[in-house]
Amino acid sequence: MRQTFIDTTKELLDADPRTALVVADISAASFRDAQRRHPDRVFNVGIREQLMAGVGGGLALTGMRPYLHSYAPFLIDRAYEQIKLDLGHQDVGAVLVSIGGSYDAAAEGYTHQSPGDVALLDTLDGWTVHVPGHRDEVPAMLRDAARHDDRVYVRLSEQENSRAQPDGGGLRALRHGGPLVVAVGPMLDPVLEATRGLDVTVAYTNTPRPLDTGGLRSLMRAGELVVVEPYLKGTSAGLVSEALSGLPHRALHLGVGRAEVRRYGSMRDHARAHGLDPAGLRRSISEFLG
Amino acid sequence: MHALLSRVTGDAKHAPSAHSTLDVLWILYDRVLRVTPGTADDPARDRFLLSKGHGPAAYYAVLAAKGFIPAEWLDDMGGWDSPLGHHPDRLLIPGVEVGTGSLGHGLGLAVGTALGLRAQGHLDTRTFVLLGDAELDEGSNHEAIAYAAAIRLPITAIVIDNRSATHGWPGGIPARFPDWGVSVVGGRDHDEIERALRAVGDRPHLVVAAL
Repeated sequence: MRQTFIDTTKELLDADPRTALVVADISAASFRDAQRRHPDRVFNVGIREQLMAGVGGGLALTGMRPYLHSYAPFLIDRAYEQIKLDLGHQDVGAVLVSIGGSYDAAAEGYTHQSPGDVALLDTLDGWTVHVPGHRDEVPAMLRDAARHDDRVYVRLSEQENSRAQPDGGGLRALRHGGPLVVAVGPMLDPVLEATRGLDVTVAYTNTPRPLDTGGLRSLMRAGELVVVEPYLKGTSAGLVSEALSGLPHRALHLGVGRAEVRRYGSMRDHARAHGLDPAGLRRSISEFLG
Repeated sequence: MHALLSRVTGDAKHAPSAHSTLDVLWILYDRVLRVTPGTADDPARDRFLLSKGHGPAAYYAVLAAKGFIPAEWLDDMGGWDSPLGHHPDRLLIPGVEVGTGSLGHGLGLAVGTALGLRAQGHLDTRTFVLLGDAELDEGSNHEAIAYAAAIRLPITAIVIDNRSATHGWPGGIPARFPDWGVSVVGGRDHDEIERALRAVGDRPHLVVAAL
C-alpha cells in the first residue's frame, strides 16, 4: 500500500499544480525524484511532525492541497493539536496518509504503533477516514481527495485482504445471512475466515468515517451486530449506537485492546494477542451470537 | 489609536501583552503590509499572522483603525454576540489570517503560507508572524525556526521581548534563531521598527522588538 501511495501521489503531483506533499523524513527517499521535479511543492521538513502539520495548514490557507505523510503515531498522535488547530480551527483541510497502523511495526514496539488514531480524529469535526483493505483501493481515495479541500485521513497498513473490493465506501454486504458482521478494511479476510459456516451477514467498508449509518440500519438482521475494526476496540461504538438508536439490538465491538501487549514479534502475533486473528474472532463472535 | 484601544473591553485582563504589541502592529499596518480591507482576500496580499493570539486588544484596535472591522466591535470583546474573542478567530474577523491562542502555532503556519505563496508564483508577497518571547518556550517554534533557516525561506518573524519567559532566554532571543538575519529594535521606536520590517533578504529575518 505504501508503494501505491508513493506512485499515486507522484502522479497527482505531476498532474495537478495545486497538490503539495509534506513529509518528515519517513518515505522521503522514495519522493526524491518528485522533489527534484517539483521543488516548490514537495517538502521534507526533517523529523518535525508538528511543523509538518503546521506547514500543511499554511499551504492550505493559500489554496494548495497538501498531502502529509508519516507513521501513524507521529502523524496523528504526536501532532494532534496541530491537526486540531492548524487544520480544523482554521477551517482548512489536508490529506493525511499514514503507514504502520495499529501494529504493523510489531517488533518496533508501542512507540511506533497507533491503535488510537481513528479515535483521536473522532474527537474532531469533519474528517473522512479511509482504511483501505487492499492496495488497489488506495489510488481512488487519494485522487478523489485532490478534488476538494476537506480533511481526509488515509490509514495504510501492511495488513491486506487477498482481493480489492470495488466501491468499498458505503457498507456493502458480501455474504448474506443472519446477524450483521461489519469488517473494516484489512479485517475483511480474517472475518470471512472466522465466520465460515456461520449464519451471518458480512459487510465491508473501507471508509468508516463518515459511518454509513443508513447502510448499517438496512443491513441489520435479528437485532445483532458485530463490528470488527483494525484499530482501538470500540472506536465506532458510539456512532453505531447512535445510528441504531430506537432499534432494539445487541452489539459486540472487536478491535485492538487498550492494554499494551509489551511483546515484539510480527503483526500476526499481535493480531492473535488482540483476538483479531480468524481463530480469536471466531471465538468472540460465536460466543456472542450463542 | 489609544482611544480605540481603551474601547476594547476585557483589556485590563491582558493589559501588558495587549499593549506590548501596539507599536509594531501599528507600523506593520500603517507603513509595511500591502493589505487593505479591499484586498483582504487578494491571493497576492501580504500576510500577517499573529501567533501570539493572546492579548489581542491592540490587534483589534489596529484592525478597526484601518477599517477592517467596525470600531463598535471593540466595545464587546468576548461577548456572546461579539466576533472578537480573547483570542482571534479568522472565520469571524475580516483581515485576520489565522485563529490563534494556543501558543506555538503561528510560525509553522507562516512557513507553510510562505511556501504556498511561492509555489503559486506570488514571489513579492511577504509573510510576517508575530510571537511573544515567552511563546518561544513552546518547542514547536523551534521546528519551524530550524527549517526556515535550512531552506532560507524569507519570512519575517517578530518577537516582542518584554522578558516574560519564566526561565528567560540566556544569550538573548537571537541566539534561538541560528542562521536567521537579525534586527534588534526598540519596541516603541517607530522608525527603527519600520526599517527592520522593510528589510528583505534571501533568508528568514528575525526582528526583536525589545521593551
